[in-house]
Amino acid sequence: MTTEELKALTVNKSVDARGTSCPGPLLAAKKAIGQIEEGQVMEVLSADEGTRRDIPKWCTKKGYEYLGTLEEAGYYKIFLKK
Amino acid sequence: MSETVEQRIDALEKKVKQLQSQRKDRLSMVIFSNDMDKILAAMVIAVGAAAMDTEVKLFFTFWAISALRDKNKKTKGKDMKSKMFGAMLPHGIDQLKLSKMNMEGMGKDMIKGIMKKKNIASPREMLTTAGELGVQIDICEMSMDLMGFKKEEMIDYPNLGYCGVATFLADAGESSVQLFI
Repeated sequence: MTTEELKALTVNKSVDARGTSCPGPLLAAKKAIGQIEEGQVMEVLSADEGTRRDIPKWCTKKGYEYLGTLEEAGYYKIFLKK
Repeated sequence: MSETVEQRIDALEKKVKQLQSQRKDRLSMVIFSNDMDKILAAMVIAVGAAAMDTEVKLFFTFWAISALRDKNKKTKGKDMKSKMFGAMLPHGIDQLKLSKMNMEGMGKDMIKGIMKKKNIASPREMLTTAGELGVQIDICEMSMDLMGFKKEEMIDYPNLGYCGVATFLADAGESSVQLFI
């Protein structure tokens, strides 16, 4: 997805994991994914560089769709669809 | 006589089933060291795997068992050598040393300070999280006996068991990932 498309996404669930380090954000994402329905979009906010590589791997394993990552000031917004 | 397509599919399906039953989505890890850094690395991998819904089995052996002691639990009836081991090894996961640059604890305290600042979970916090995620911990019976540790001095952990090498090998043989730390 392009930056514009990502920005325009309707996010059903936002997980702020900026206060944790690896594997905290992944853990937060795992906990939160149960709260959304199939087809809904979740964003994970993480200041941890490793997380932007980890989340796509997790998505592949779990069969979720990784949509892309936006770089914000000092953190990343990682989008995925359940 | 050549095989029909159906026969070949049947054979392949059988093979796939066999392969699936051999390797489970499971991480089996031997934790041997009681160095704080190594235990931390082991716990990060364990919790990370559990977060990815991989089944995790940790096999604590040798020095690592001292990390699972509860410093508030007292034991009775130990012989002299067991008492010596008990006194010289760390009393639980908060008392571990660094494998490098420990410098009589200065290095360790520095690392702990940095970890706190950078929001990196401590080994104890990781252990608690592991428990919540259903990570199984098995302690090697033989090492317990060797070091004179008793079951009543181990921590209260939700999935704590005791086993021998055959159990580990059987578990590890079915696991997709095996590690030794």
